[in-house]
Amino acid sequence: MATSSVSKGCFVFKPSAKKKKKTLSLESYFVQGCEDAESSEIRFRLCQELWDEIKTDTEVLQDELNRTILDSLLDFTRKCSSTRQNSDWTSQMRASEIPTAALMLGVNVPDHDMTFQSLSDMLKQSVSPHVASVQAKECGALKHLMKKVLERLMDTVVVVDDEDEEENVETSPRVHRSMHCSLGILCDWYTARTKKSPTGTPGKKRSSQVRDEQQQPPVVIIFKDLEAFNPRVLQDFILICSQYIDRLPLTFIFGIATSPSTIQHMLPHSVSSLLCIELFQSLSCTQHLATVIDKLILASRIHFKLNGKVMQVLIGVFLYHDFSVRNFIKGLQLALLEHFHSQPLSVLCCKKKQALFNVTQLSKPNLDRIRQLPSFKRYVEKQEAQEQVNLMTDDSHLKEVCQQLIKDLHKYHKNYYPILRCLHTLTSSLPRYPLGKQIRELYLICLAKNVWENEDYQSAMKLVKMLAKGEMVSLLQKCVEILQLSKSKKMKNALVQLEELLAKFKQLDTATEMTPTVEASIPSPIKNLQKKTDLFQLQKTLLEMNESRRAKRLSPFENLRNEALEFIDNLVKSHLSPPESQPLYEVCYYSSSATVRRHLNATPRTSIQAALSNPYYYLQNDSLKSEDGTVSNTAPDICIAYKLHLECGRLINLYDWLEAYSTVVSAAEGNDQDSENFGKVDEVKQYPFRKKYFSQIILCCCCLSVLLSE
Amino acid sequence: MTALLQHPGYDEERLKGVAEKLPCREVQAGMLLSLMGQLSHATVSCVECVSIALLFEQVLLSFFGCDAASLLPRSPSLSDFVRVYRQQCSQSPAKQTRYIVMEKAELLRDTDASLLSALLRLQELVEDNVTVILLSEIAWDKFRPNTGCFEPLLLHFPDYSKSELQQILSQNVHPSYSAGFYSAYINILLGVFYSVCRDLRELRHLAALNFSKFCEPLAEGKVKETDTHKLWKHIEPHLKKAMQTVYLREVSSLQWEQMQQMEEEEAGALRGLSAHTHVELPYYSKFLLIAAYLASYNPARTDKRFFLKHHGKIRKTNFLKKNEKTSNHLLGPKPFPLDRLLAIFYSVVDSRVAPTASIFSQISSLVTLQLLAQVSHDDQLDAPKYKCAVSLDFICAIARTVNFDIVKYLYDFL
Repeated sequence: MATSSVSKGCFVFKPSAKKKKKTLSLESYFVQGCEDAESSEIRFRLCQELWDEIKTDTEVLQDELNRTILDSLLDFTRKCSSTRQNSDWTSQMRASEIPTAALMLGVNVPDHDMTFQSLSDMLKQSVSPHVASVQAKECGALKHLMKKVLERLMDTVVVVDDEDEEENVETSPRVHRSMHCSLGILCDWYTARTKKSPTGTPGKKRSSQVRDEQQQPPVVIIFKDLEAFNPRVLQDFILICSQYIDRLPLTFIFGIATSPSTIQHMLPHSVSSLLCIELFQSLSCTQHLATVIDKLILASRIHFKLNGKVMQVLIGVFLYHDFSVRNFIKGLQLALLEHFHSQPLSVLCCKKKQALFNVTQLSKPNLDRIRQLPSFKRYVEKQEAQEQVNLMTDDSHLKEVCQQLIKDLHKYHKNYYPILRCLHTLTSSLPRYPLGKQIRELYLICLAKNVWENEDYQSAMKLVKMLAKGEMVSLLQKCVEILQLSKSKKMKNALVQLEELLAKFKQLDTATEMTPTVEASIPSPIKNLQKKTDLFQLQKTLLEMNESRRAKRLSPFENLRNEALEFIDNLVKSHLSPPESQPLYEVCYYSSSATVRRHLNATPRTSIQAALSNPYYYLQNDSLKSEDGTVSNTAPDICIAYKLHLECGRLINLYDWLEAYSTVVSAAEGNDQDSENFGKVDEVKQYPFRKKYFSQIILCCCCLSVLLSE
Repeated sequence: MTALLQHPGYDEERLKGVAEKLPCREVQAGMLLSLMGQLSHATVSCVECVSIALLFEQVLLSFFGCDAASLLPRSPSLSDFVRVYRQQCSQSPAKQTRYIVMEKAELLRDTDASLLSALLRLQELVEDNVTVILLSEIAWDKFRPNTGCFEPLLLHFPDYSKSELQQILSQNVHPSYSAGFYSAYINILLGVFYSVCRDLRELRHLAALNFSKFCEPLAEGKVKETDTHKLWKHIEPHLKKAMQTVYLREVSSLQWEQMQQMEEEEAGALRGLSAHTHVELPYYSKFLLIAAYLASYNPARTDKRFFLKHHGKIRKTNFLKKNEKTSNHLLGPKPFPLDRLLAIFYSVVDSRVAPTASIFSQISSLVTLQLLAQVSHDDQLDAPKYKCAVSLDFICAIARTVNFDIVKYLYDFL
């Protein structure tokens, strides 16, 4: 397995087939190194159930979000194929163009796969069985593109004359020899298929009505990532296709990540004139994320939660790095796994009924763990002395209390999200968005600390106080709609109160017309001003005016508005306290943001530095343990070389470096200075040392140059 | 005219049919006919032949049937082709000349250099009565390989004149209108488009697209078919607009038809391809792109001045070299190494950013999005070089979204 090459490069060692270990089941992976092995089985099951739920939810969401765009694409392909079969003058004149859909997907490339998958499935289901999707990395040259297209459409192996596909020679029989990849063959295949097609291909159940109108189903080719294609390849391919368009009803779909003008950059006029391009805009990824957060994170039915910092990390990765919703969900999955793996008390993170049952099953060490929880300690401190003693000593009492606490936690979540949404509807349209435009921003604020102590909250409330009546009523109406969805008792109470308030607002309309304006009764101080006054007097009267205006009786609308605000404020204060304030919150909330960050946003440079300066960190070998940052001479060569290099100044003399290195290494091999043949060893060792370690030293140089190139 | 096309090998009717299909080419067709006589031929499109193997196969297939084609070995060389050809040819000798017609022959230049010269002397190689015809839009002078080759006979097809175009286009008469009316329409169309476009295919396309608009006043009963002037008044602004949009493929023909059906003000909402230039990018990608733009358009020695807080004194005369200034944008982007990109990135981005793997992967995704271009070879792992491939307008729009005043950092605008 060793290479003696001095040159730079990567060496691939393919694992031999025999050595393959028996793959462990998922569960045994989970249980390995899991804390508190007893409950690990339950935790694994809970974790899997939750993940399955999240997964299906996201898939449903994705489908819903893509529905409109996919439907319009399907319409487009159907329409194209129908106009082609149409024989009126205009469609005849346009028949030489290849209908093309340019699908704008945004730069979140990892998410596109799912969209394309569902697109091609839907196309196959309802429009045409002939759908092929290709991506740039498999089509470096025209023949590869051709081969992929043909293979995917015809479901066979196509031979390309290519030197580097020697393996195919043995596997593919000689019969395929004549199957050269040209569109002519595809054409023949297509006509053969469509001729016998009315009898129906077995295994594909489709309504006969679809078949009738689709005598000539279109052949759809999806280019998943247009930007990455070699323009030359694409141009040639389009040119060839246009020669066959009269015999083969082709339709293209271009997946574009940036902007439609890429088409113009990639294709010259002579080629783009062969296409009839129509644009389709898909949903933006931020909207997609907003829906995912809305449905998965801000839902009380999924009991696993992320704390503020972890949320921050995941959203940060999304906004700053990749815009990928798929990666966001991957992050969520990671946090989920980590939570159930590392937190033994996560057995309680499940549906209420099961959680209550699991509380009764808690083992002694787990009960002790509960007593150690910071949130529980805070809870205990608030209790009376006798109760405190009971909680700390009596296990069965603790279990009872825990059941109550779990119930409370569930209630807390049930009330939390509706109120959060209400607050968001009230504040999301305010000027300059003091509490954020998106609900995720507000959620982060609420997770961090008591939201009502936040300055932005105060200013938001001030702004709400200035809302006009129409706006106020419509916002409150929206809040009513949100609360109607909730089933908890407290929310129902709140709903009743809010509806009363709304009714009062509506009554105002009629009431204001009835009551005469009261302003006349206030004595106008302006009259007094008309007398001659000195400066002091003027100031005084102005102040008075100001006072009186402030003290001016509020109009009934303003009164009502203040009442409504106070009501909202109370709701916020009673329900939107951060999760840390809830006892036992650790059961449901995952809080290790550092782990998530380390896994999702790896820092290669820091890892290399850590490995070089502290080899024990990764190798976990006791002989490498060292105190005060020194590297023991048993450390890997590269670590020693790195250490020695650090001891030098800006410039390093290669000879000195090697000398120093050999001193360190020979010390490691037990040559103490007193032994008589110390002097000789050097000479003997130096040659093999150079031969053996030179490549490592060079490699080390490379690594160091990477590390130091800031 | 048809008098030109006469040959004992073909019956009159068939020649007439060909003449109808190819209007205005009687002279050239007659010339070819008299030169060649009756043909057995193989037509090969060079775009389609992704490998020379395919080319050989198609030739053999159309001359000798598929048995001959299967005799070719895997990845055949030219000599394999010649060998198989000779073998087949001895079995079924040619009674007449065989012709190989190569469409888009200019693509042969990109294949093996010997192929073109070999094809030109194919007759000698295979010892058969075979002729190769190269069809190309490029002058022969651009073909000639360095090594020299056998000069082919050149037959020049001149451009269609305006009246010829008129004659050809007038053939696609809409079935429900008279020929004279359609011909008048073509006349107007050519009046607008002839100065910018001589491509027959393109013109035919434009004619088809705009005809319905042309007929509009007729359908409304405002104008008679013969009132050409009024019809011209009606269609002319419309055609001018078509020249700016559909001709440039800013909007597709389908969209153009939709636009015609819509009201004037609504049509404005339908924007062309180049109107959509806005690209939504992740936050750090924006800064990476800005850094790349700065690295591409600023000379490297000025980085110190722009990005170091205490850059010390840099003499102004030295700093602003006369020739260098303002010319960077005219010269286009210059390549820069990854290290420089990152150094600029860390200094322009306003917060502390850890050099994480995702920063690096964003660079490569910018490359796949073609916003950056990798200049160095893929194999070069340690110091890849890039170029920024976006325009000034684009980068200004990006910089505006992150409140970064990019113009301040550009050497050209100092």
